Amino acid sequence: MAIECLVLGAGQQVGKSCVVVSMNGKRIMFDCGMDMAYHDHRRHPDFSRISEYGDFDKALTCIVITHFHLDHIGALPYFTEVCGYRGPIYMTALAPSMLEDYRKVMVERRGEEEQFTSEHIVECMKKVIAVDVKQTVQVDKDLMIRAYYAGHVLGAAMFYTKVGDSAIVYTGDYNMTPDRHLGAAQIDRLQLDLLITESTYATTIRDSKYGREAEFLKAVHKCVLGGGKVLIPTFALGRAQELCILLEDYWERMNLKIPIYFSSGLTMQANMYYKMLISWTSQKVKETYSTRNAFDFKHVLNFDRSMISAPGPCVLFATPGWISGGFSLEVFKQWAPSEMNLITLPGYCAAGTIGHKLMSGKPSKIDLDKDTQLDVRCQIHQLSFSPHTDAKGIMDLVKFLSPKHVILVHGEKPKMATLKGRIYSELGIRCDDPANNETVCIPSTHHVEVGASNTFIRSSLNPNFNFSKMSSEDESDSRLKDGKFMPWLQVKDERAAEGILVEEKGKRAKIVHLDEFLLMLGEKKHDIRFAYCFPINTDNLEDTKSTDVSSSSNALSVSGRSSWLPMLYIKLSDELSGGNIQYFGEQIQVESFSVSLCLKDRCPYRIVDSPPNKCEAVFFCCAWSIADEKLAWKIISILENRNYGTL
Amino acid sequence: MYFLDLFCQPGEFKGLPYLQRQIFVLFIFMKFTCLSKGGGFHFPPCHVLNVCGFRILFDCPLDLSALTIFSPVPTGYRAVVDEKDSDCQPYSTLDSDCVTWKRQKIGKPLDANDLICAVPWYKIVKYLHLWNVSFIDVVLISSPMGMLGLPFLTRIKGFSAKIYATEVTARLGQLMMEDLVSMHMEFRQFYGPEGSTFPRWMEEEELDLRPSALREVVLGKDGAELGGWMPLYSAADVKHCLQKVQTLRYAEEVCYNGKLVIKAFSSGLEIGTCNWSINGPKRDIAFISSSIFVPAHAMSFDYHALQGKDIVLYSDLSSLDTMEGIEDGYSFLTTDSFSTLSWEESAQSLLNTSEHLEEREKLYYLCSCAADSLKASGSVLIPINRLGTFIQLLEQISASLESSSLKVPIYVISSVAEELLAYTNVIPEWLCKERQEKLFSGEPLFAHVELIKDNKLHVFPTVHSPKLLINWQEPCIVFCPHWCLRLGPVVHLLHRWSGDPNSLLVLESGHDAQLALLPFQPMEMKVLQCSFLSGIKLPKILPLLNVLQPKITLLPEDLRQKVRFTNVNPFSVFHYSENKTLIIPSLKDSSELEIATDLAFQFQWRNLKHENMNITRLKGELHVAHGKHWLHSGNKPSKSNSSKSRPLLHWGTPDLETLLSILSKMGINASVEQGVGVEGSKKACIVHVHDPKKALIEIGDTGTVISAVDENLASLIFEAMDSILDGI
Repeated sequence: MAIECLVLGAGQQVGKSCVVVSMNGKRIMFDCGMDMAYHDHRRHPDFSRISEYGDFDKALTCIVITHFHLDHIGALPYFTEVCGYRGPIYMTALAPSMLEDYRKVMVERRGEEEQFTSEHIVECMKKVIAVDVKQTVQVDKDLMIRAYYAGHVLGAAMFYTKVGDSAIVYTGDYNMTPDRHLGAAQIDRLQLDLLITESTYATTIRDSKYGREAEFLKAVHKCVLGGGKVLIPTFALGRAQELCILLEDYWERMNLKIPIYFSSGLTMQANMYYKMLISWTSQKVKETYSTRNAFDFKHVLNFDRSMISAPGPCVLFATPGWISGGFSLEVFKQWAPSEMNLITLPGYCAAGTIGHKLMSGKPSKIDLDKDTQLDVRCQIHQLSFSPHTDAKGIMDLVKFLSPKHVILVHGEKPKMATLKGRIYSELGIRCDDPANNETVCIPSTHHVEVGASNTFIRSSLNPNFNFSKMSSEDESDSRLKDGKFMPWLQVKDERAAEGILVEEKGKRAKIVHLDEFLLMLGEKKHDIRFAYCFPINTDNLEDTKSTDVSSSSNALSVSGRSSWLPMLYIKLSDELSGGNIQYFGEQIQVESFSVSLCLKDRCPYRIVDSPPNKCEAVFFCCAWSIADEKLAWKIISILENRNYGTL
Repeated sequence: MYFLDLFCQPGEFKGLPYLQRQIFVLFIFMKFTCLSKGGGFHFPPCHVLNVCGFRILFDCPLDLSALTIFSPVPTGYRAVVDEKDSDCQPYSTLDSDCVTWKRQKIGKPLDANDLICAVPWYKIVKYLHLWNVSFIDVVLISSPMGMLGLPFLTRIKGFSAKIYATEVTARLGQLMMEDLVSMHMEFRQFYGPEGSTFPRWMEEEELDLRPSALREVVLGKDGAELGGWMPLYSAADVKHCLQKVQTLRYAEEVCYNGKLVIKAFSSGLEIGTCNWSINGPKRDIAFISSSIFVPAHAMSFDYHALQGKDIVLYSDLSSLDTMEGIEDGYSFLTTDSFSTLSWEESAQSLLNTSEHLEEREKLYYLCSCAADSLKASGSVLIPINRLGTFIQLLEQISASLESSSLKVPIYVISSVAEELLAYTNVIPEWLCKERQEKLFSGEPLFAHVELIKDNKLHVFPTVHSPKLLINWQEPCIVFCPHWCLRLGPVVHLLHRWSGDPNSLLVLESGHDAQLALLPFQPMEMKVLQCSFLSGIKLPKILPLLNVLQPKITLLPEDLRQKVRFTNVNPFSVFHYSENKTLIIPSLKDSSELEIATDLAFQFQWRNLKHENMNITRLKGELHVAHGKHWLHSGNKPSKSNSSKSRPLLHWGTPDLETLLSILSKMGINASVEQGVGVEGSKKACIVHVHDPKKALIEIGDTGTVISAVDENLASLIFEAMDSILDGI
């Protein structure tokens, strides 16, 4: 069986994340995001591809949401309340409460018609089952999911999903480097068939963030010193807190008294979530919470609408980010025309928003709608404070997890193609970057489950040392082999599990040890062995002996029957490479093959007729078992060849 | 001797040599030893389990109730009295006069002078000191109370076990231990540094002079407990201990040594307390510590996660405490008599909410008692260290003060109180549903956050803190450690208020209150003793087990009479008692093993002729990971495929006729030479082959020898033999 991966959203694009994975009979939807660039049906994933007749409960086992950003969860209320999905939905405990902020963004976007209501969201969130980091949730008998810390935003998680023996990880958005208030993504080394990873910054490699931070602080400080106002449009959670911790530190250090404002009660409330959800934050914040909670911002005050046109410098965090509407747009209209003011844009802005327009060049005029145009004279500061991992982070994660296959989503097409090439060439892992509505099939892992006897398990775990001599490569070494020279020994622990798998009718398959097997059957072993008795011409043996040993000493009398076996041993050692040849005095043993001098007058295994030779022949008797059949005949041919070759 | 006992109960498997016996026991059986049944909420049980060849220790608590044999540090109020009483003097030595004077007292009822005036020692689990801790592989800590003795283990050289506890248990345990160390400092300061030798009070002659009740606390009933006394660990020991603890989330999976997959699941007793699920290759085990189904603050008892395990180790002994001790409910303690004021008959209902309501009622009642005292301008002293009860009481009492418009300050005095209160507010994921919902609606998780903000609740580290002295107002309500009434701020406040009949002391029942109050006699103060739910109630045990559906259940011996099993129960029950090892037979005779697909595809099945059996030879690499055995094909390429397909093992008796006919089909002509003995003894028959080439087949009872002139012929003959025998 294969793992089928249907990409409904975020295929070669950023936004609208939605991947449906089918594995071993389970079908899981990861994320259910919406595309902010569209206002018609295109902003939702094409759910009809999951089930033609709209029977989603049957078609899907569960939905898993990685975090509460709209491009990951935006279409969920539509899917549950309008499309009628009733099955389980899993996300981290925190995500549901944050969704309301995002709904407001939607509503405030140019009075746009909603496809679902606030009640829809409330109803939808009631169906959500909360998952804690590292918690292992058994969705049903076969499907298991586990959340890992992703470090992208408070409550962001990567999900490990296992069905039977197949396992995948879907990352959602993640960050591999810790920042001020969030930790870095953390995951175990897992055995994976597939990794589905985001690739927002597929080719970017970011430098140290200290430089960027210093630049940001310098710009803000310069502006407020000049009496200007700083507008930082952000969403309620995430960059607002990160930048605020940064500013607080700076304010403290520089002893600045200029007020920092948060635009709405909602953001203040968000800060309170942060205070309680310390476990989702970075190590440093965790360690200090009891003495000083990092989210107790001393300098931060609530902002009132009437203060927009009040004189004097200030710093304001206003929602929503991207200046896509709402309060941040309102403030922008007032502040943009003055050169003294500063607009800081942290991170990515969706296409079509004012934030995006500001980032792509420095426009002097911006069309608010068909009729109104706004002069933009203020300074614009771009900040790359994205909580997404960079290309190095993606490569690190892929290398760390070493899955059998990688699928890239949530990125821009050309950059993804580059990264895809790198993953294949550098890590040797197959990688795909499917477009929306494409399906990728990859093979899955399976195991056969059987029982195993204790003897089998124990014998398999016993070390099995294998000693083998290093075969000498160059001639000078081989000349040293005069019996006294100890060749290099190689010791390997070749632990092999060998047994017999028994499948009996009506019983579970079971592995037993060889020794147990016959006991189990109640049968007696019948050993089949081979035997071969053959003559070797002694004249020739004497010859070899004299040539071989002449160098040492002739006086050393080695004639007589006892010396022939060592002769054979030397021959074999020379000609049989790699074999584990042992000499025991009475016999030479190679694996199960043994050869010894045959002293009988009439050996039953002396099948070959004595050579028609006047010289006295010496007989050698060999025996072996079937496992070493090839080896045995090879040795015999070596010995016999020698015999006839010298003739 | 005890080392031996770890492996084998004397008398068992006597026939086997020691080593074999050891291996046999380790692999085939699971062994369970209860070291201590504990006593109450603050002293959880302690067990050792042998499974898969690993030794697991469940909890490592301290018996802090034994501290009552020590005299508390005298305070200024009593200093005058102490002056006269030589026995209570810090540096008093026992001269012979004193001894004779004491000897007369043995039979009499205890009085404050009988208490030991020395730096207290602490008592660990009874039989734990008899074990060699370096043989422990894993320690599982279920609750902060179960952690208090851990630094004693971790500071022992050679202790190398892996310790697991939930994040919150580890943190709360650390705070409790740090508090204990800081409270203990007061004794050190008073008595001066401890000598390295045995304290005098532990010497035999000394103990003989003590009243029997006291002696029993020191020695235990059988006199074996003397070795369990230890001088307290240091702050450095605590820190070192915590570094060795691996913290977990609920339902987080950890794998020990590839074989045991360990998970913690909420038990509901306290925030962060847990039960354990241990999955091994052979059996799945659930360990149930004291659990509460619907707690008011902590996450509820997650018993669903423990369903379907092979074995349930039931270690919730709370139902024993309530049976032996004072009946479930309340008892008012007046100065001279214990008149039991039954609060409510223990509810026999299985309904979860009844328990919950009962607990609420108790708290209401407690609040009303406190209000009465306050109205009479007496103060209320609550030395209750159960975190859940403490937090709920804070909420209840402040609410009831509000409603009765009493303007009385609430003080919390403890070296760790500030951190503890801050901590409880940042762990929403460990709390019950109702509290979590507060998070989502943007409220603080517990009321104490607001109380501190509104200046209604004041938190101080010690009674001597300057801020406390400035703020102090009476009447007031004080929460402070320690419940044993020997350590911490409670001692000072008891000395201060013990003479005030309008003041109220709230104690947890289940401990010897008379002994606890001994140093503070005469007590004019009202004493309210109450018990709080600290585990699964008796009537719920059976329904729970029916839900869990284990194959084997281990219950304490004491529950044998109380929990009766009918024959219809599908599981077998074993009863355990202290310091006796139970041997639990294996349920399966084999382990689970997973074979990789690529290996499975290489199988060459053979059908056995006589039996309905398919067999195949298999060879691979065995791995142990994640509580399972895995068989992979390994990296080595198979030597040669032809030889692999050949069976290597044969059995059965060859039939000559069949052999000859098969040989002739192969074009081999052979003749049989019957009855020629090889080497004269064994009867064997020899088959001669002449055509196409010369060969010989020697067939015996246990084996056959093939001898042929060349490889091909030998191979053909082998095939013929193979076809008439069964082989693999």
